Amino acid sequence: MIVTEKSKDRNTLIEVQDLKQYFPVNNGLFRKKYVKAVDGVSFHIERGETLGLVGESGCGKTTAGRSILRLYEPTGGRIIYDGTDITRVDMKPYRQKMQIVFQDPYASLDPRMTVGDIIGEPIDINNLAGSKKERNDMIMEMLQRVGLNSEHANRYPHEFSGGQRQRIGIARALAVNPEFIVCDEPISALDVSIQAQIVNMFEELQEKMGLTYLFIAHDISVVKHISNRIGVMYLGRLVELAESNEIVFHSVHPYTRSLISAVPIPDPESGRKRKRIVLEGDVPSPLDPPSGCHFRTRCPYADERCKTEEPKLIRVSNGHYAACHHLDRVREN
Amino acid sequence: MSKTLLDIKNLRLSFFTPQGEVKALNDVSVSMQEGDVLGIVGESGSGKSVTASSIMGLVSHPGRIIGGTIEFNGHRIHEMSEKEMRNIRGKEVSMIFQDPITSLNPVYTIGNQIREVIYLHTDLNKQQAYERSVELLKLVGINEPERRLKQYPHELSGGMRQRVMIAIALACEPKLLIADEPTTALDVTIQAQIIELMMELKRKINMSIIMITHDLGIVASMCNKIVVMYAGKVVEAGTTDEIFYNPKHEYTKGLLRSIPRINSEKHEKLVPIDGTPVDMLNPPEGCPFAPRCEKCMKICLRRMPEFTQITSTHKSACWLLQKEVFEQKRREGK
Repeated sequence: MIVTEKSKDRNTLIEVQDLKQYFPVNNGLFRKKYVKAVDGVSFHIERGETLGLVGESGCGKTTAGRSILRLYEPTGGRIIYDGTDITRVDMKPYRQKMQIVFQDPYASLDPRMTVGDIIGEPIDINNLAGSKKERNDMIMEMLQRVGLNSEHANRYPHEFSGGQRQRIGIARALAVNPEFIVCDEPISALDVSIQAQIVNMFEELQEKMGLTYLFIAHDISVVKHISNRIGVMYLGRLVELAESNEIVFHSVHPYTRSLISAVPIPDPESGRKRKRIVLEGDVPSPLDPPSGCHFRTRCPYADERCKTEEPKLIRVSNGHYAACHHLDRVREN
Repeated sequence: MSKTLLDIKNLRLSFFTPQGEVKALNDVSVSMQEGDVLGIVGESGSGKSVTASSIMGLVSHPGRIIGGTIEFNGHRIHEMSEKEMRNIRGKEVSMIFQDPITSLNPVYTIGNQIREVIYLHTDLNKQQAYERSVELLKLVGINEPERRLKQYPHELSGGMRQRVMIAIALACEPKLLIADEPTTALDVTIQAQIIELMMELKRKINMSIIMITHDLGIVASMCNKIVVMYAGKVVEAGTTDEIFYNPKHEYTKGLLRSIPRINSEKHEKLVPIDGTPVDMLNPPEGCPFAPRCEKCMKICLRRMPEFTQITSTHKSACWLLQKEVFEQKRREGK
């Protein structure tokens, strides 16, 4: 467990050790197979920090986020929140501290509840308001905090645009005054001109309220912008973890490198100069991942060893970890 | 000078909905030369996809073209009947869509769907059509084409399906390929493959491309010309370098400021465009961007500005530019 060196540190808010989340898939009448959506992932998040998780669809980033909140029951591993192991405990007291903002602002708000009630629900469940007036004041404060105004409280979700709905979703998460928020692709359903509004809001709220984020997204430019550190996932495993700039400019894992080089740069000049690594083939099915290193089927460096031996996450430099047998060869290029 | 391939002039298109008329395209003019890769950029509801459908003659009820002309490769598309359109569609102009799983027919094999286009537009016999479809799958980089032809869409991955869509689109070597957000549903590494493939095919069979997207990164890496649309209007058009390095419209400037740059080491705060997208049922009078524009003036709220020609290739519709022009004229007059 390489990341446990930090576990005694009081600054660590969340620590995930060897997290495993398998889902059963019925394959025929008697055979039962498992999709290893998250397969032995370890990392920690410090207080007030934003950790980004990136990867392609099916890599397990969303599942990891949900397992940490115990929205799924983890198959294995440990989740330690603020020094307490919460892997098997009653989550009720922790729900108030750990919240989530979902991807789809259309599906995640109840169309039959007013905005005020949507934000009020977590307040009611956790008995945070002593009186009706207090509850109302809290709702108004939340609305203001996310850039909406008090008259919005009596309206229904369908009356709002995508960006405004995402603000409502964020207000709902903030209503219980949480410490930690899992942001699961919170801006990918929004228009480009609105994305920056929401990203800036996440940053401002973090500053004001001292929030800690796990920011999950497939848009690496956005993740790089908002995160202090980034973890890169591929088929259920963490393949590289480092500071944001380190990941983008000095990555050592062949998958991270090709992922970064595939991001189109909105700047024609530097786009023309850039050397692109275009990966061949598709992401293999998570039902039947390749043996050894999962990335070997698409990796230009793969050899016999990658077939048999699963690479472990090893320390490359301070705070920079990568899981690859051929780090030296990759770095030469 | 190369030949003009597509010339859309003052196109107006409305959807007549129970809630009222939605002016999806309001005086849109776009033109491109042979060999161009034209990017149409805009948010949802800006009219970029409708522009593409109107070139294909695919605007359906309750939408109707109510003015303007579309000339493509010598055809006057706005005057053509559905029957005439069918001879062009798939042969001279093809389109690929965002979601390849809904654009392919789930109950026919890949081979069947490719051959359908070949039979429709050529005189090839069964054997020749089969050989042509194998050749097409090879062209788009699909391994074991003989086996793939017998498979159904659900047996392929997302990237593979989009390759099949491209193969179908290219079956008759069209002059123009319209790609409507072809990579939005795909992962970045697959997106890079598809973009690479499209650019390679463009060189091989010498076609032109219209790339419709909201991703400025894709536009920067593929296109030589860009049209920026907002609320059913073209607000700026120019070469890629002009749009990225010398944007003139406040909306274009705002867009470029609001996106994070992966290639910058510093943490610069994003500058968002305030406000919300236009409600197309009740669009503002005057310039549609005015309510969100930092430099909005009185006149912006009342009248839509004309285009100001900045260079022979670069134009933008903004009152600020008109003001500059007025002042320049006044100075010259004195």
